[in-house]
Amino acid sequence: MHDILSSFGIALRLIAGGNAELWRIVALSLEVSLASAMLACAVGLPLGGLVAVCAFPGRRAMIVALNALLGLPSVVVGLVVYLLLSRAGPLGNLGILFTPKAIILAQALLVLPIVAALARQFVEDAWREYREQLTSLGVSARRAVPTLLWDLRLSLLTVVLAGFGRAASEVGAVMIVGGNIDGVTRVMTTAIALETTKGDLPLALALGMILLTVVLALNAAAYAIREWSARHHG
Amino acid sequence: MASPALFPLEARGLGVVLGGHAALERVDFALDGRARVAVLGANGAGKSVLLRALHGLVPPTSGEVLWAGSPARPREQAMVFQRPVMLRRSALANVEYALSVNGIARARLRVRAWEAIDRVGLAHLADRPARVLSGGEQQRLALARAWSLRPRVIFLDEPTTSLDPSAAAEVERVIDEIHAAGTAIVFTTHQLGLARRVADEILFLHEGRLTEHTPVEAFFTAPRSAEAVRFLKGELPWSTASPDS
Repeated sequence: MHDILSSFGIALRLIAGGNAELWRIVALSLEVSLASAMLACAVGLPLGGLVAVCAFPGRRAMIVALNALLGLPSVVVGLVVYLLLSRAGPLGNLGILFTPKAIILAQALLVLPIVAALARQFVEDAWREYREQLTSLGVSARRAVPTLLWDLRLSLLTVVLAGFGRAASEVGAVMIVGGNIDGVTRVMTTAIALETTKGDLPLALALGMILLTVVLALNAAAYAIREWSARHHG
Repeated sequence: MASPALFPLEARGLGVVLGGHAALERVDFALDGRARVAVLGANGAGKSVLLRALHGLVPPTSGEVLWAGSPARPREQAMVFQRPVMLRRSALANVEYALSVNGIARARLRVRAWEAIDRVGLAHLADRPARVLSGGEQQRLALARAWSLRPRVIFLDEPTTSLDPSAAAEVERVIDEIHAAGTAIVFTTHQLGLARRVADEILFLHEGRLTEHTPVEAFFTAPRSAEAVRFLKGELPWSTASPDS
């Protein structure tokens, strides 16, 4: 018990003291998570919107696929990205395996189905309300997608934050494609896993606390945004 | 104006089946585009469906809607819904959006949107988020949005039903002004007072069938169909089973 308490003490001192290694890991984590969330949203939001509004062949199959991808085991995504990027793989000549870019790719693939599925739900609900009005104004289904995405921007911001949170807390895939290389691809989650097995509890605890704070802050922000938008935009 | 003829607007043997239920059956009439037309009838009589079918939102199951003899849906028509949907942007931006969708050049958007919003008396609220406006203000904004497109006919679904008397009076004033500016008006209502004040002609629907198409005075003084007589006496049962849409 005493050990754990003293570990907490050291962890807090690490955070407060501006430990360079700690903050480098945190910065890289936030950086790759932000990039992967952006990438996933750039594809996932319009994709979700199109699936919600437009009729096209294969739409049902795409909905089933997107929903199935929600339950994707992250180590499998890691394995697939690893195979793609490995020297013998189809994207091997990019040479990005065990770099932050590989992590971004793997995280984006994990976040994409979440973003697309949530966006589809939001847009589909809104389309039910807006359809007659927009059709009456002469808006085609395809033109309605950007209109709806913009009209739902505050709700969708919570989707973006959810995607970011998911990316930041990912371990398995990141470990496989990043390799947890000190100073290069070591992020919060993989560092926690490593330091815990090594017995360096203070660093693991410090990272754990920061990660928890980030996830909590994101959820609080999402909640505040929803409240604010309900009051100001109806 | 050298624009091609839009009228007469005709329904020929128009029938609409919605969810296995015949909402309209064999409806025939022709509108000349000058008179203000009120579509009257009890709840569930098919008023809103008729309006949507004329506007082109609901495809006819049988028969047809003809504009000057052609089944093509013209662009120069607009509709204002009972509960207009506003986008989450300013009142002015809502009008600008409708204009930009309809291909109005960016440079002229603002001027035309301002003009429309000013004519309905909402200039002082132009920068407010549209969704926080009151019901009456949203209804007038919807009228401005429709009017800004310079349609030659506007369909109005229950334009004043959910409004308080002063808001309803404002909406009535705008409708008069739109008509005075040369736009044809077709509206549904079950408010007899509104029909009497605003309309020149009455289309009376009963259970999806058109039983009368008469000038407003004749309708109120000497209705021809038994259903209209009972409706005017307030004796028609107000069906609650089928929603009025």
